[in-house]
Formats: sequence, structure tokens, C-alpha cells
Amino acid sequence: MSAATQAPPSTEALTLSGAEVVLRALKDNGVEVIFGYPGGAVLPIYDSIFQQNAIRHILVRHEQAAVHAAEGYARSTGKVGVVLVTSGPGATNAVTGLVDALMDSIPVICLTGQVPTHLIGNDAFQEADTTGITRPATKHNYLVKKSEDLSRVMHEAFYVAKSGRPGPVVIDLPKDILINKAPYREATTQSHRSYRPRTEPDAKGIREAVRLLKRAHRPIVYAGGGVINAGPEASRLLREFVRMTGMPCTNTLMGLGAFPAEDPQFLGMLGMHGTYEANLAMHGCDVMFNIGARFDDRVTGRLNAFSPGSKKIHADIDPSSINKNVAVDVPIVGDARAVLAAMIEAWKADEAPQDKSAIAAWWRQIEGWRGKDCLAYRQESKIIKPQHAVKRLYEITRELGRDTFITTEVGQHQMWAAQYFGFDKPNRWMTSGGLGTMGYGLPAAMGVQIAHPDALVIDIAGEASILMNIQEMGTLAQYRLPVKVFILNNEYMGMVRQWQELLHGGRYSESYSASLPDFVKLAESFHAVGMRAEGIDDLDRVIREMIAIDKPVIADICVAKDENCFPMIPSGAAHNEMILAPGQEGGVAGVTDEGKVLV
Amino acid sequence: MSDMKGGQRAATIAVLVENEAGVLARVIGLFSGRGYNIDSLTVAPVDETGQISRITVVTSGTDMVIEQIKAQLDRLVPVHKVSDLSIEGPHLTRELALIKVVGRGENRMEVLRLADAFRARVVDATTESFVLEMTGNGDKIDAFVALMRPIGLAEVSRTGAVAIARGPKGIME
Ligand SMILES: Cc1ncc(C[n+]2csc(CCOP(=O)(O)OP(=O)(O)O)c2C)c(N)n1
Ligand SMILES: [Mg+2]
Repeated sequence: MSAATQAPPSTEALTLSGAEVVLRALKDNGVEVIFGYPGGAVLPIYDSIFQQNAIRHILVRHEQAAVHAAEGYARSTGKVGVVLVTSGPGATNAVTGLVDALMDSIPVICLTGQVPTHLIGNDAFQEADTTGITRPATKHNYLVKKSEDLSRVMHEAFYVAKSGRPGPVVIDLPKDILINKAPYREATTQSHRSYRPRTEPDAKGIREAVRLLKRAHRPIVYAGGGVINAGPEASRLLREFVRMTGMPCTNTLMGLGAFPAEDPQFLGMLGMHGTYEANLAMHGCDVMFNIGARFDDRVTGRLNAFSPGSKKIHADIDPSSINKNVAVDVPIVGDARAVLAAMIEAWKADEAPQDKSAIAAWWRQIEGWRGKDCLAYRQESKIIKPQHAVKRLYEITRELGRDTFITTEVGQHQMWAAQYFGFDKPNRWMTSGGLGTMGYGLPAAMGVQIAHPDALVIDIAGEASILMNIQEMGTLAQYRLPVKVFILNNEYMGMVRQWQELLHGGRYSESYSASLPDFVKLAESFHAVGMRAEGIDDLDRVIREMIAIDKPVIADICVAKDENCFPMIPSGAAHNEMILAPGQEGGVAGVTDEGKVLV
Repeated sequence: MSDMKGGQRAATIAVLVENEAGVLARVIGLFSGRGYNIDSLTVAPVDETGQISRITVVTSGTDMVIEQIKAQLDRLVPVHKVSDLSIEGPHLTRELALIKVVGRGENRMEVLRLADAFRARVVDATTESFVLEMTGNGDKIDAFVALMRPIGLAEVSRTGAVAIARGPKGIME
């Protein structure tokens, strides 16, 4: 991806209004749908939208939701998601979504209206310093001050959003620029003046990586969201590499689906709520191959105790991710697909035999850890265990054979979804990993459903999170998007309650979900279907009914209120100090004050 | 300028950037947002059309932090080139200072004597003051300013360091 965009160079300019230039550039960059909310500063664009059919506009109910919807669209398709909001409050409302996309490396373009150029800096009505506010919230941003720059900036934004490590880009559009005539030029094939990220890995690093992995006795592959971002071919190559090498593979929260969950070589997710086997294998490995993950603090636990005896190979498209938290032995800069393809080639070319007996011994050790069955739970009374609700949801969707996309909110339910819902394909799992944004799941599901009208799209939600963007039920109704909201209702901000139980002496300060709405009636008032499972006997029926209904549904699943999410590596602890569920023996780490300062 | 202090080193980094609105804010925001030090920072356009600016930033940190700073700078969209002059070979560092000293009688003679020794030039004078111009590395300017302080130092304006590698090779090669 060295060229700016695909179209052939062209010098003749077409003269249109600025607003028409914006829409034309979107169309020429393959955009079919945008998520937006109107206002004074963007009225010229709305006027142009009214007069064309190429681009579909989805009217959200809050600008934050527009960005999350664009993220859901982008993550489930691999395309750039596009947002349109007005100046001032429209732009500031979008900021959370932009930071979310930045943290999770999601390609999004957000067009913001701005007051006319001659009023910028005057505290004009609905003026905000949008480029100033969003500078640290985006991969890059632009303020278009001259009409002749408009089409170039539009094309460039697509290139910047999707190349290298993807991310959000803001284009701030003063109203006079939208109204005045502007030349439209197609994208050129010229490469960008300064931004040319490296995608092809260096052969020396690849050879060194293969040399280490071939000779490893206890290797592990640790794959993250970079594999998903590199496109489905990267996930296919990951599977090929892991199978040909016989190594165990673990995925980060962002990487779920990059490697098939049902594969025997899959150890599950790693990190704070990862599996016992994944974390102990990371701790005990002798060579680690990190592909497209970033040694996030949720993954490493206490840094000075992280995988102490291993040689570390780190392949990432972003050089600034390498040697940031963890010093590595073999750095490789490149796109995950290109790296995996090169690794497979180099593996075949390297004649040295693998020590098969050492690998077999390693697998025996891993099987021992697996034998702990760290995700076991007991569904013993009539009260639905949240883990069981997710597990049944997974089993029933599999049994029905529906192509299923899962989004989540943030909290315990998110972790249970990651633990108990298996993903066999990439782009089927959308969760707010880096920023941990409550209110992400419903709008993201909306974006997924727009991109995949016939798929089954489910937001696994908590009763607290869902209220943060509940207004989007209106959008579901307007566009007849049959998204299913599956609430694990524990009447607590469960993840907060869990930390208060484990770290703050059980003082449950402000973490009870009081005065909740009746979610069934709430669904009905938004023209959706509401249903409730009060006990275990209702669970399967409610899940099946929810899936069968071709309308938006809220399923209020009343679950055990005091369930904790295990296993857990408490903050400040090491991988081999994880806490298992009560009744399962394992290292119980006391949390130090040093650990308590961590989030 | 690569003195080691408790695993910390100073680094003089040259950054060539597209001369567009907000680019300096982006660079400075990166340093403040990620908690890196800025000891000094200078910027001016350096090509014939004024399209490209050169930022010289002097910073300090562990090797890992300085590598991070360079990688973070390099991934900014308008950045053309990042070069760590302190480790890439011999280089020159210069700073310009304008120094105002106030005094009468014998003190004036002392100022001129010291200025001569430090190769500072008088660029403005009244019967009771001088403005001296001086270039050199930061240590030399520090030393001179320290000498002026007891005599009658009134004001100092300094540019911060600019730097360039020795030899025939250009930064973009
Ligand atoms: C916007 C935002 N505010 C606050 C938080 C902190 N936080 C993390 S989880 C959580 C509780 C979520 O409660 P709920 O949605 O009911 O999920 P549960 O943990 O009970 O499954 C809170 C408040 C957050 N992640 N995002
Ligand atoms: Mg809850």
C-alpha cells in the first residue's frame, strides 16, 4: 500500500461546491454509507446528501454513537468507517469515539463542520477548536482553509486512516469551504509526501525469528488485533503457521477470531482475565512470537515479572509499539500478513529440525494447566450464572449455523463474552479494548448490522453500560436493524463491584445499579421487542425467541448478582500469580499498595 | 552531548517536517502527552520554498525512552525524517544568545574584557548598558551568563540549540 489511492492520476479539475466535492470524494473512495447527525455548520453537506443516491446516510441519535457505529462497520468489513457531525457540540460529542478508534487502531474518517474561516477564533456560535481538541484523539487531523486543498485532503485522509497502523482522521470543514466552489481532482497514485509506513518486513529479522522458533523447546505464538487489521488473509496465514509449527497460540482481547477458538492448539485469551493455560504458557515459554499485539498492561501484568525466561520476537506495523513496554530480542516492522507469509517461507527454507520431543513435553505441561479447567463454573440453582448465559448463547447460535457478530459493552459481561463465546473467524468480534468505553456495544452493533444486513448481530451488554447509548434503540427502529441486545443484568456495575470486593474491603461505593428501567417496556417504547429471562428455565427459550425475531430485541437476562470474573491476574501481579475461581486451587496473590495504584 | 547520568542520556534530535498548520503543536503535544522532557526546541523553515521546517529538540531519557521518542515522532503524518544526531556520529551544536548587562564605570570595562574572551559581540550600547550577542554551545553560554550575573545581568534571550552532523552527508541521505 505505497500509493495514496487507486485511481489513475488526473489533472483536469471539475468545479463543484465544496459539499459536492466532499460527497464525490467519499464515493470515489468506495464509501457507501455514512453515520451522522446534522447541524448548522454541515447543512450544505446535508443538502447535497439530499440530492444524490450514491451514499446512504444513517441518522444516529448521538454523535458518539456515530463514531462507534463507524467503528463497528469498519471492524466487521475491513473498510474505512465514515462519520459526519456538525461543529462545536457535534465535534466534542464525537471525541470519545475518536479516542476509542485511536486506541484500537480502527480506520475511521470523521468529517466535522466548522464555522466559516473568517469567524474562526472569534468564539462564534458553535465554534470549538476541533483540530486542537482532536489532535491527541486522532491519528491525524486537517482543517481545510482553502477550497483548492479540499479534494486532496479528502483523498489523503483515506490513505492515512487505513495505511500503516490504522486510526481515526478528522477533517474539519468550515462552512464557507462547503458552500464555495472548489476544484475536484481524483486521487493520484503519487505517494504521500511524508507518510510512507513500512509494510514489508526485513528478511534478516524474519530469518532470526525462525531460527529462534525452530530451536525453541517451549515456544508460543501471541497474536493480537494487528492480525485482524491486516485482513482475513493474515488470519489464514496465522492458522497455517501455527499448524505447521505445532506451537500453542493465544490471542489478545483484540485478536479473538484471528485464530479459531475450537482449534486444539488454541489456548484461549491471555491477560488479566485470560485462561490459566495461556498465561502460564506465556510465563514459562522460552521463545515468544508476538504478532500484531502491543504488550499492553492488561496482557503483561507486572512488567518485571513478565515471561522472565523467554526470548521475545515482536512483529508490528508500528515501530513505536516495539520496545515500548517490553524490551524484545528480535524486532520486526511490517504488516502482519506480509510477516506471516515471510515466516512461513523462511520456516520451510530453514533446514534445522524442530526438537519434537521437547515440543511434546511442552504440550504435556500445557495439558496439565488446561486440566485445571479454569473457566469451569457451576450452574447449580435456578439463578442464571452469567457465564452460562453466554455459553448457551454461543452454543445455540452455533447450532443454528447463523453467521454471528458479537459486540460488547464494558465490564464483567465483556470478559465473559471473551471467555465463553468462541470465534472461528476474524471480524466477528467488536469490543472496546484499549479505551474500555461503556456504551460502545449498541452503536457498534448498529454499524455491523448496516454492513451485514442478514447476519445475526448481538450486543452482549451490562445493565449499566447499555444506558450510556440507549438512545440508539431509536436508530435501530428507524432503519429496521434487527440487532439483539443481550443484557447480563446483575444490577451492579459488576466489574467495579468486583474490584471493590477484592481490593477495597467490600465497600461497594456507588456501584449498585439503582432505579433501573424496565428493559422490556423500554424496548417496547422504542418499537422493539422486550423479553426477560428470570431463571434458568427461561434462558434457552428467551435466547431462541430473541434470535428468531426479525426485529430489534432487548433480552433482559437476570443473572447472579455477586458473580466475579475469574481467572484474574490482579493489578500489579505476575502471570503465575493469578487468582482462580473459589473452589479451584491456585496461587492467590495479595494485592500490594503498589498494585492498587494501577487500574 | 551524550553524557550518561543514571541510565539517562541527553539526545539532540533533528526532525524534518512538512511546514503545515499545527505541526509544531503535534510535536510538542507528543512530548507533553507522553511525559517526555523538552530541554530546548527550535524551529524554522529550511528549504527554498518554505515547505519544510527543521525542528531541533534536545531531550533526555533512558535509551528505551529516547528510542520511543524517535519512533513516536517518526509516525506523525507530516514528519519526513527523524535523526538522532547524538548517536549518529560527530555533530555540531550551536545556540545564539542576546544578553543585556547594565552597569557603569569599571564594571563596563570588565564586561567588555570578558565579552572579548568569550567572543561575544556588542550589538547595542548605551551609557549604562550593553546588549551582547554570542553563539556557542549551551555550556559556554551558561558560563558567560554566570559571569555577567554579579556584574549586572539584566536579561537573557536564548534560541535553544540547533545542530547539524559533521561531514559531507545531508540529513535526507
Ligand atoms: C464511559 C465509562 N465510564 C466508566 C467506566 C468504568 N467502568 C468499567 S466497567 C464498569 C461497570 C459496568 O457495569 P455493567 O455495564 O453493568 O457491566 P458488568 O460489569 O456488571 O457486567 C464501569 C463503571 C468505563 N469503562 N467507561
Ligand atoms: Mg452489571
